[in-house]
Amino acid sequence: MSLSLTTVLGPKWRTARARLRQDRASGGRGKAVVLGTVGLVFWLVVFGVLYRVLAYFRGVEEIGPLLAGKLLGLALLSFLSILLLSNVVTALSSFFLAKDLELLVAAPVDWLDLYLAKLGETMLHSSWMVALMAVPIFAAYGIVYDGGWLFPLVVLAIFLPLLVVPAVIGSATTLILVNVFPARRTRDLLSVITIAAAGLLVLMFRLIRPEQLARPEGFRNLLDFITVLRAPTSPFLPSEWATRTVMGYLVGPWDLLDLVLLWSTAGAFVVLGAVLHAQLYPTGFTKAQEGAERFVRGWFWQTALAPVSQFLTVAKREFIVKDIKLFFRDATQWSQLILLAVLVVIYLFNIRALPLFTGEQVPFFFVSLVSFLNLGLAGFVLAAIAARFVFPAVSLEGRQMWLLRSSPLDLRALLWSKYWTGTVPLLVLALIITVFTNVLLKATPFMMAVSIGTILLLTLAIAALALGFGALYPQFDTENAAQIPTSFGGLVFMMTTVALLAVVIVLEASPVYAYLQATRNEETLRILTPQFLLPLAAVVVVCGIATALPLRIGLRRMEAFEF
Amino acid sequence: MIRLEGLTKRFGTFTAVNGIDLHVPRGELFGFLGPNGAGKTTTLRMIAGILRPTAGRITLGGVDLIREPMKAKAILGFIPDRPFIYEKLTGGEFLRFVAALYGQDGDKIEKRIGELLEVFELTQWRDELVEAYSHGMRQKLIISSALIHRPELIVVDEPMVGLDPKGARLLKDIFKEFAARGGTILMSTHTLEVAEAMCDRIAIIQNGAIAARGTMAELRQQTSSGNASLEDLFLRLTGGSTARELAAILDG
Repeated sequence: MSLSLTTVLGPKWRTARARLRQDRASGGRGKAVVLGTVGLVFWLVVFGVLYRVLAYFRGVEEIGPLLAGKLLGLALLSFLSILLLSNVVTALSSFFLAKDLELLVAAPVDWLDLYLAKLGETMLHSSWMVALMAVPIFAAYGIVYDGGWLFPLVVLAIFLPLLVVPAVIGSATTLILVNVFPARRTRDLLSVITIAAAGLLVLMFRLIRPEQLARPEGFRNLLDFITVLRAPTSPFLPSEWATRTVMGYLVGPWDLLDLVLLWSTAGAFVVLGAVLHAQLYPTGFTKAQEGAERFVRGWFWQTALAPVSQFLTVAKREFIVKDIKLFFRDATQWSQLILLAVLVVIYLFNIRALPLFTGEQVPFFFVSLVSFLNLGLAGFVLAAIAARFVFPAVSLEGRQMWLLRSSPLDLRALLWSKYWTGTVPLLVLALIITVFTNVLLKATPFMMAVSIGTILLLTLAIAALALGFGALYPQFDTENAAQIPTSFGGLVFMMTTVALLAVVIVLEASPVYAYLQATRNEETLRILTPQFLLPLAAVVVVCGIATALPLRIGLRRMEAFEF
Repeated sequence: MIRLEGLTKRFGTFTAVNGIDLHVPRGELFGFLGPNGAGKTTTLRMIAGILRPTAGRITLGGVDLIREPMKAKAILGFIPDRPFIYEKLTGGEFLRFVAALYGQDGDKIEKRIGELLEVFELTQWRDELVEAYSHGMRQKLIISSALIHRPELIVVDEPMVGLDPKGARLLKDIFKEFAARGGTILMSTHTLEVAEAMCDRIAIIQNGAIAARGTMAELRQQTSSGNASLEDLFLRLTGGSTARELAAILDG
């Protein structure tokens, strides 16, 4: 590594260390413990599930290793696709929009050093999560197939080039795109393409109904099955070479060619990427400095909201209009609606695909049970959506807080506007998925009423929790709204919401059970009893507290913000 | 109009502003000078209600800022040193939004938006997103936003940064006219010629405390500086680089 490259990378390393020290000084230990615990639990779950699957495969003669190899190949192929998408987006920030670029480009830094430093930065930022995810997977393979102490080195040897190749391709794709479009337009374009691609992938994966593959009647005979398993899925992809290297090491036969292919391809890609960088970066960087002119006439939302907003104070009205305009003009924000649509389609598809509908007569008990437990699932979906759209609301005001704090704006009006701008669409969505699900399940009017009442209360609470935690853990420095929910505060919000959902389900279990019993025994349901009413009242109180308390705490926190 | 009593701000163990007492009466243009990190911006941000003082009192137009923030802020216009604005709003929309924060809307505001954009030569950019504005254009838009609700006092941090000569001249004229009509301005600046030419009185702040204050004549008297310029006074009070130090840097 040349002196210039270490100089370019130095500030990044020192910044990371300083941030760690600051975190430690500001009581970041609790945060580290929570994150560590959640990460460990996740690792253990992935490891545990895979260990059981692989242990079962190992016991199956002939097909076992083939299945294990296929599974690894699929996992690595998924990693490769995710890495490619995330590198394309990250490369735009690190190569063209980063704040240190003006300094670096103006300084006498060699172009190759700049390329390697920025490539490394891109790779690190977009790959760390995939690398962490890979640890329990490879650990399970190593332990089940007795990989021994050399196995981690083999994994390292195949994993590094697997990270390098998508980083080079991603950076090169971005480089070409920036040369065609202005960088700020490219960012919009990329966020839409990435999210649409991710959504489409998930949707396709779900719609092909992978659960059907587990049905033995799908295969004509064993030979067909083995033939399919033996054929490489994608012989020219690095993920296939990596799989063959790992499985070759674990169960044989070992072939060094795959490893050589991996490393030589990674090396060749870096060289090609550098050549492309030398040719296109100067013009691309210049283009990235160009602003994206956009003239807009913003009367649509003003007019559309006029019938409702005329009852509001001028500050609240303009706040709501402003928030909606900003949302629909920022591609990193509105493009997430694509994911939302995918989520809803998959959700309803899953309900439709439940095996409840395979028999002739669906048992009443199961339908009611699914309808009831569906509340938890719907609540979780709403929490995930609130994390995306409501949680970042306070953070997004960050840099403009000077304006809000120096004006006579009552922060309660701000919080009120943010709350209802987030809650109203969430309520509509909650009602749609609950009513549709219950209609699909042919649930009884009682279950429909319980579901609707509960989901309304839950939505009010979830939106308040999202806003409250968003104010407690603001991310004022981020430029991308989509990154805000993945912060520590987002995690705490999700954990709290899951706890709330659990409490509500447990509380409602007893009146719902009483209803099921009464219906099964063909008795009249006695509603006016403490056993029936008290748990329902408790749900109202719990949701009421979960709505009021976070908003109050959020307001206090916002009043204490200093800029 | 602006009264500070024992104003103090601490960040952890560091004292940024240390017990400042100051009174700026109605109709005065007051200059706030000092080296980098002296506590100017912190003081101005406390007056604007963005930072909470650790101790002391701020009164704007006779209203206590801590006790009655809404009432006090209603008469204030604040212009920060860094022009952060909603990138995805147009200039016109931003001004309409700021007016709404002060509870104002309707035809009068639309007319005022048009006037302000005209004065600052932003009319042709009215419907363009702020993300495409230059630094100077953003600065002009923020100055317009500080004037939209017809404030009684303006607190401004480094107003000339990013403005072209025409814009700087326009701003000077606006400030002079504003003060002549009974408005009050507290302005921090590093452009000493501007401060010397425009300000009725000046305070020089160092290490969080006021080192000297008064008219130019009073400052010269306090420092026994004869006919010295504001630049000389400033360097004398805050400690400037000697010629020998400068030569050492340039010679390497």
